[in-house]
Amino acid sequence: MAEGIRDKVAILGMGCTNFGELWDKSGNDLLVEAFTMCLEDAQIEKNEIDACWVGACMPEFGIGGTSMPYAATLKLPFIPVTRLENACATGSEAFRGASYAVASGVCDIALAIGVEKTKDTGYGGLPNMRGGLMGTVGPIIGPNVSAPGMFAQLAAAYEAKYKIPMDKIKEAMAHISWKSHENGALNPYAHLRRRVTKEQILNAPMISYPLGLFDCCGVSDGAAAAIVTTPEIAKSIKRNQDIVKVKALQIATSSGEESICNEYDGASIWTTSKAAPRAYEEAGIKNPREEISMFEVHDCFSITELSTYEDLQISPRGGGVEDALNGFFDLKGGGIPCQSDGGLKCFGHPIGASGLRMMYEMYNQLLHRWPEERQVPNPKFGLTHNLGGQPIQNVVSICIVGL
Amino acid sequence: MVGIRSYGGYIPRYRLDRMKIYQSMGWINQANIAHARGEKAVANVDEDALTMAVAAGLDCVNGFDRSEMDGVYFASTSFPYKERQNAGIVAGALCMNDNVRSADFGGSLKSGTTALLSALEAIASQGANNLVVCASENRLGGTGSTQELIFGDGAAAFLVSDKDVIAEYKGSFSLTYDFVDHFRGSNSTFDRQWEDRWIRDIGFDRFIPEAVNGLMNKYGLKIGDFAKVIYPCYYPREHSKLAKILGVEDGKLQDTMLGQVGEMGAAQPMAMLVKALEEANPGDKLLVVSYGSGCDALWFEVTDNIKKLNGRRGISSHLANRTELDVYEKYLTWRNIIQPDVGLRTEEDVWTRWSVDWKNKKAILGFYGTKCLKCGVPQFPPQRICANPQCGAVDQTEPYTFADKGGKICTFTGDNLTATMDPPETYGNIDFDGGGRYMMNFTDCTVESLSVGMPVEFSFRIVFYDPKRDLTVYFWKAVPTNKGV
Repeated sequence: MAEGIRDKVAILGMGCTNFGELWDKSGNDLLVEAFTMCLEDAQIEKNEIDACWVGACMPEFGIGGTSMPYAATLKLPFIPVTRLENACATGSEAFRGASYAVASGVCDIALAIGVEKTKDTGYGGLPNMRGGLMGTVGPIIGPNVSAPGMFAQLAAAYEAKYKIPMDKIKEAMAHISWKSHENGALNPYAHLRRRVTKEQILNAPMISYPLGLFDCCGVSDGAAAAIVTTPEIAKSIKRNQDIVKVKALQIATSSGEESICNEYDGASIWTTSKAAPRAYEEAGIKNPREEISMFEVHDCFSITELSTYEDLQISPRGGGVEDALNGFFDLKGGGIPCQSDGGLKCFGHPIGASGLRMMYEMYNQLLHRWPEERQVPNPKFGLTHNLGGQPIQNVVSICIVGL
Repeated sequence: MVGIRSYGGYIPRYRLDRMKIYQSMGWINQANIAHARGEKAVANVDEDALTMAVAAGLDCVNGFDRSEMDGVYFASTSFPYKERQNAGIVAGALCMNDNVRSADFGGSLKSGTTALLSALEAIASQGANNLVVCASENRLGGTGSTQELIFGDGAAAFLVSDKDVIAEYKGSFSLTYDFVDHFRGSNSTFDRQWEDRWIRDIGFDRFIPEAVNGLMNKYGLKIGDFAKVIYPCYYPREHSKLAKILGVEDGKLQDTMLGQVGEMGAAQPMAMLVKALEEANPGDKLLVVSYGSGCDALWFEVTDNIKKLNGRRGISSHLANRTELDVYEKYLTWRNIIQPDVGLRTEEDVWTRWSVDWKNKKAILGFYGTKCLKCGVPQFPPQRICANPQCGAVDQTEPYTFADKGGKICTFTGDNLTATMDPPETYGNIDFDGGGRYMMNFTDCTVESLSVGMPVEFSFRIVFYDPKRDLTVYFWKAVPTNKGV
């Protein structure tokens, strides 16, 4: 068996822009800002970067296709640059490219950068998805869906499987969103910084049954970046600082079984359930509920976060509702803080940047860089969970980082 | 023996109270109050003449071996395509073989019976053994017009055969007149009609008796020989008056369903014939007459086989399956008569790539997937590598249609965000009876009525209409049946 990535890659520096409806900024502006921040934090020069992976999911609304406009924007000096996308898990995919390059010994220092300009579509929500995962035949045989509609289906299946009344599920989802708004309000970089009450959440207009407006994450502009290197090089540059290392990096992509065969019940996300134990094993974690200090999950919708508690084996199957309602995932709830930066829900979701934004939060928490009001005390392991696609067909990236 | 072997019907679920139309548009023509009684059947946003023809056709061929079918004739004056054969799409949706004959019959409201006659004569001449004839109509009346109140949507289908005939074809008599009571030029959306009195006096009162008498003289019959006399006439009083002129006894005149469905154009006499067959007894003689640019009169004699034909929904069960359309403006929107602003999301361009459509034609029209020959798991869309992780066989498949399988709801939602003319858009994962799963749109339901485990059946519907290229794209949707829950 391959020995995995544990302790082979260190995060040398990170950068993240404000997320939001950044009408005055282009994707190029955001790219430059995240890159500049990241270089500064890494304490290296641009010409020390050996290779770059850029995540941009919807280049037709942003900077454009191929790697070239990105390399030209950042003036990267004739190094290998790859632009990639893997739906909403694009940012983590860029991180994987850079991490694999370092872990393999091919590169000493690699850049992962993700960017998305979602607010130049002219309407709210993500662009139309008609047949998006099925190629050119998709518009004909694929259903007319939106992102909230694809994920909303988790709720009806969850209700049917666990016989938990929808009102109770809605209450748990409201707590999840309420908690993320509380955290987002503390975060100056977040897109949505207003506190909301659970009553407001429960009474919001229906987007896709049973998801109301506040069950859906923000759709934002933004960029985030990471520079990775070997732990040895990291230590040589940052002699007086803890080094954040990659403990596990596992990706699972649906095989087609969930969407074509009948075994999958629609009440969970299989890729997460399959990638999580692989990640824990790679990181040497035996009991995630005891050992994970904090986590950033792909809360595109509150129901996704609820399912993910269970798919990551933090909550028992069917127990996510109780854990959420008991405040187990609240920032100061005594459990495991989830979305300490506000999550996709409130920090926002510029698709290509989101996986790196999650990592940015874990990285800064591990380095105790946040003010006390939003610092997780003595974190050991942070986990990011970045999901792209829809419950029946998706890609999930789970990354565990620690000191 | 040549005749009708099976029948099928379809009336869309939505009914629009005519008074609702009058309350909105009656001010423009107050005399229309005379037509504001009862309700009219209205095709859903994802239905047109073609999808309703498929629905009636599926009802008709239910339980019959599709490989026995030699072709399909489709009659309408409201085809979605002028060029691209509509009957060819119907043949695909009815899962017929490729080596079948197909033809569109249009141009007149008598085209339904003309298609039926053509099929009967093709069978009689031994040119074919089994032909499906569909007639379907989704006609528009101008906003505020009498036609808007009168016209209704519906379809009928017959399987014409030389085997197991339930009603033997005995003969016909046709008339052709270039009588322009109404017309629609090739660039027009709405019919243009001449004065009602002239249509009644010359059209109905003269042509229908001429056709009926012509047929009776030809075959030595009297009006009293017929158990049911079937002819269209959207003037209720004229319909009864004609019965008196013809000498039709009480109880033998077939109802036009004007108050429940409306005038169904080319499908009108066909749907009335379906209704008559639903109630017919062996030995009954049926006379059916169409009206439009002349007349076709046909007569049939019902056989003992009528008692053996079960499992048709026909017209009656569709009459019973009704839901009131709450808002008249929805009808106007769905028929593209008014164009509400539904936001920029609806303006995203979706190309239909015909070479892609061609490669996937069996999946699109016949809802064909694959069934793994090694493990037996049915799969949609068609797969080359078996999706069953315990199997994984490569290229060991046979075509397998899901169109006639039922299914159950596995997951669902009602989506207010996605671009649709009938929010919320309902969809979810369906587990097919017999295995297999697919996420698909639902139709003819509300999100409030849905639950996990609810049974569904499948219906051929419009997926979207592309106004830029004037093309309609079709595929299958799930219709919750609300039974057994």
